[in-house]
Amino acid sequence: MAANPEAAGPTRPEPAPGPAARAGLAVACLALAAGLGRVVLDLPADAAGLAPVVSGRLAESGVDNPVTAVLLNFRGYDTLLETGVLLLALIAVWSLTPAGCWGGVPGPPARRGEPPGGPDPVLRGFVRWLAPVAVLVAVYLLAVGTHQPGGAFQAGTVLAAAAVLLLLAGMARPPATASLWPRLVAVAGFLAFVAAALAGMPGGREFLEYPLGLAGTLIELVETVLTLAIGATLALLVAGVPEPPAAKPPPTGPIKTELPR
Amino acid sequence: MIGALDLAFDAVLAILLAGLAWRALASPALFTGIVLFIVFGLLMAVAWLRLGAPDVALAEAAIGAGLTGVLFLRALDRIGRDPAGGEEKPAEPENGRQP
Repeated sequence: MAANPEAAGPTRPEPAPGPAARAGLAVACLALAAGLGRVVLDLPADAAGLAPVVSGRLAESGVDNPVTAVLLNFRGYDTLLETGVLLLALIAVWSLTPAGCWGGVPGPPARRGEPPGGPDPVLRGFVRWLAPVAVLVAVYLLAVGTHQPGGAFQAGTVLAAAAVLLLLAGMARPPATASLWPRLVAVAGFLAFVAAALAGMPGGREFLEYPLGLAGTLIELVETVLTLAIGATLALLVAGVPEPPAAKPPPTGPIKTELPR
Repeated sequence: MIGALDLAFDAVLAILLAGLAWRALASPALFTGIVLFIVFGLLMAVAWLRLGAPDVALAEAAIGAGLTGVLFLRALDRIGRDPAGGEEKPAEPENGRQP
């Protein structure tokens, strides 16, 4: 399918705003900034916020880190939706797969065919040292998350970073988008969270209301699965979609010459 | 004396953040903008630390600076190779005026 020249051509640049429009914009921006500043200055100086409420009921949350308690227990709904959004982002990226390419290995075909050796020995040597350390750091962040700063999102990101480095160094290939296990892992976090949210419901509790004694265990389980899922999802986001092998050369040649500007 | 030092550090951090944010947005070359965005994310993580929010600092450094930066670089790479996307244009003089 050849792209039509009109779509491929450069878009017409928008005319720059005139002095009057600029002055108007400046006034509007300054008014907004002044309003925001006023609101900030009007805030009570020593608002305790919700911190006393959280620390007062921390013992019931099942974890010792107030941030984790809020994220996975008191306001678990937000985190649940966040993991859903991350999944949606991956689906959105995958939905941009060019026609006929779905199921292949992500990335441009030139790189796909590259020998697994990779071109850069310095990067390879560096990644060989760094990847195991990254996995260790991820496990540490996950384990420490219940009583210190850390947790599933940070640990998952570190895992994803290790995966991205391995991809960049040519030491690992992204899985084909059609293969089942990456999709299972990506979905697992959201599913585990929903399962934990439902766990209390047979006992007459609300959605996301953990049984008191089990809260800590449930949160740790959810965080562990979430770490893997977030790591996989982020790495798959970076890996992108399979790209067509031959579609590139034909459009560039003729169209460029058709549009001499 | 410690208080003054802290204040000076925070002031420098705030000015750097605002300046980096402005340059990241105004930079005519997309690659420069992305690099500035990553630096902004790292300094933002320091700012969160200064505000006593280590959890947010970790997330900002890992997700805000790290992975979003990588995703931007991937997108830029993709734009550069896409025949319909057009090449990255050299600096437009209009934006380069600022000191």
